[in-house]
Amino acid sequence: MTDVGRHPRIELLTLSEVVDVQGYIGNFRIKVLRKARYVDEKECTACSDCLEVCPVTKPNEFDLGLSTRKAIYQPFPQAVPSAFVLNLEDCLGNNPIACGKCAEACDLKCIDYDMQDKEVEFRVGTVIVATGMDVYDPTELDEFGYTRFENVITSLEFERLINSGGPTEGHLIRPTDWQLPKRVAFIQCIGSRSEKRGNPYCSNICCMNTVKDSLLIKDHWPEVEIKVFYMDIRAFGKGFEDLYKRSKAAGVMYIRGIPGDIREDPEAKNLILLSEDRNEGKVVEHEVDMVILSVGLVPNSDSPIIRQLLTLSQTSDGFFMEAHPKLLPVDAPTKGVFFAGCAEAPKDIKDSVTQASAAASRANILMSAGKITIEAITSHIDEELCKACGICARVCPYHAIEFDKEKKLPARVIEASCHGCGACAAECTFGAITMRHFTDQQIISQIESALGENPQDKVVVFACNWCSYAGGDFAGISRLQYPPSVRIIRTMCSGRVDEKFVLHAFKLGAPIVLVSGCHFADCHYISANRWTQKRVEKLWDKLEKKGVRPERLQLEWISAAEGLKFAKVMKEMEELRKGVTMEEIEYTQKEL
Amino acid sequence: MEIERAETEELRIGVFVCYCGLNISGTVDCEAVAEYARGLKDVVVVNTNRYTCSEPGQQTIKDHIKEHNLNRVVVASCTPLMHEPTFRAACQEVGLNPYLLEMVNLREHCSWVHMHEPEKATEKAKDMVKMGVSRARYLQPQIEKEVSVDKSALVIGGGIAGIQASLDLANAGYQVYLVEKKPSIGGTMAQIDKTFPTMDCSI
Repeated sequence: MTDVGRHPRIELLTLSEVVDVQGYIGNFRIKVLRKARYVDEKECTACSDCLEVCPVTKPNEFDLGLSTRKAIYQPFPQAVPSAFVLNLEDCLGNNPIACGKCAEACDLKCIDYDMQDKEVEFRVGTVIVATGMDVYDPTELDEFGYTRFENVITSLEFERLINSGGPTEGHLIRPTDWQLPKRVAFIQCIGSRSEKRGNPYCSNICCMNTVKDSLLIKDHWPEVEIKVFYMDIRAFGKGFEDLYKRSKAAGVMYIRGIPGDIREDPEAKNLILLSEDRNEGKVVEHEVDMVILSVGLVPNSDSPIIRQLLTLSQTSDGFFMEAHPKLLPVDAPTKGVFFAGCAEAPKDIKDSVTQASAAASRANILMSAGKITIEAITSHIDEELCKACGICARVCPYHAIEFDKEKKLPARVIEASCHGCGACAAECTFGAITMRHFTDQQIISQIESALGENPQDKVVVFACNWCSYAGGDFAGISRLQYPPSVRIIRTMCSGRVDEKFVLHAFKLGAPIVLVSGCHFADCHYISANRWTQKRVEKLWDKLEKKGVRPERLQLEWISAAEGLKFAKVMKEMEELRKGVTMEEIEYTQKEL
Repeated sequence: MEIERAETEELRIGVFVCYCGLNISGTVDCEAVAEYARGLKDVVVVNTNRYTCSEPGQQTIKDHIKEHNLNRVVVASCTPLMHEPTFRAACQEVGLNPYLLEMVNLREHCSWVHMHEPEKATEKAKDMVKMGVSRARYLQPQIEKEVSVDKSALVIGGGIAGIQASLDLANAGYQVYLVEKKPSIGGTMAQIDKTFPTMDCSI
């Protein structure tokens, strides 16, 4: 940690949040909101003079409320930067009548109540997302009595209790009587591996964390009786099995089965766990002095913000999705962005460090080369055909089209800014825009081939490259079966799907056409899929006016992780197809 | 709908149907698909291969491009999200613009999802190859744009992962901006006492 603080090439921005990301691989423009610390970070020596005079007492967040801090404080002794921070919400203020004591006590005059939040801007070539995770809050699992019974604590609270830098200086005590608990129970899989409450996935670290915690207790206080209630002990990593054996050899009892209920002895404040003895087939009571809930990990609550800023995706568990689960495990789908640590999935420290080095190495490959070729999928405007209506400039999510309303000159594409979604080409009614590598001709030739023979048996599916098409790939990888009637046409974005593609498919006898793209927050072209929706809605009206059932044009949002949904939608399309009669198709062909 | 092709040169398309071991050929009759492709307009050569992505598989494509003077290549194998870069590079090596390659996703979008309907899967595969060949006929060479990569990185989050990534990058000589929401770096790791399996301190 201190290495980071003193490294000449690391600019550390604490109390800071990324608020805007523009640009593309190699050329990201970042805006960071740096919140006021109210203490001069460079001058403060963490001498504690201010702390001694501060009259405010608040729960210490770092110790999870097990200790207190002042309104001006150091988060923890080894904090980097090692400067104090003033929480203005807790502070009584600088009005001399109210308080202002800390500023008076500070010899170096580091405290500035008028410090303002600042916006910092800089450019970077690569981005590493290491936003970590949150710890599961077990309050909703009422049967375990967390918050109802004082002597039921979480594994993270236990970490603070057994830490020599923690509120008890490392003396294990139970909250009610501050005495060493003689009998301790750990309960595993709290918030993990449950379809009903908490999360269905395994949180990866909790088994070994408990094994470690049990040994920490046994090393200091061998007389303490420890029972671990578990579903499975997953000790799969290097050195893990040895540690598990050491714990068992130290006398820790491992009992299979999670207790169904915890009761409290109102006098002694002891806890009675009810668990099923699977061998005997009967309910057994275990009385202990303290219970530690081995809580799982959940996605960081800030993940949705980061996801939107960098146009990332998430897997069904809520953690960030990698570009490929095996071959590109640290790359994000957005080029130039990489994952490190629990942001991608729950993992232990060793795996986090490994992934962080991998992410740094992946970023290094780009930066050491110093340049990268970008796919030539950009749009081009034919100046002679352009009528200077300005629609293309309006739909471009990247403001990559220059258009002067006053002068009425033909619009112009700024190629370096064009990401190639194709929304402009789809919206241009004069055919003035060519989308390179996804031209009208190329797409129409695919439609015509797909519907060349027996069009009544086919479903035409437009799938965007990043989400729906990849969702189809995921259905394949997962071997999810669906009817073979679908013919998939890939476009980079659903925003590329021109009205005329859909109408042409109907004209050629397609019973059903599906347009599919990313979910709104996931669109790889910021918001190009909003235009997809508007266009499809317009088409629904048009079809209805012509006497064609609008249901024959379908719109679905399918993410790259939703293989299951992709297969389900394909089955639904086949059902819809069966409901379209030949007469209907012929009528449509005549009307359109 | 009227479709006009801008170019006038003679089209010479090569189609390469991949078995992918049994991944595709276990469901789809690849030889039947190849036979069908031989009858498509402008197709001058069709080849089947056990693993087209392998070194010999790629060599076959390169040899055929040279031998038959191909100006369009259709590879009917797996998802373009996986091997498009591989086959584009193969084309480029023998002087064919990489954008003249078209991929047909017979594995993820056909053989793996219609495992119990081999006949219908084969019919679909033929359609898919036909769609790929049609599209290939209208492909145009493209020039890729080169952009510079700024030699600096943003690391979001100052836990153990963010710290490690920042140090690695900074030690490699790059400017690093490490952004942390809390007043100190350290993350969850800093709250933990000892760490498994070596039982050493976290900080």
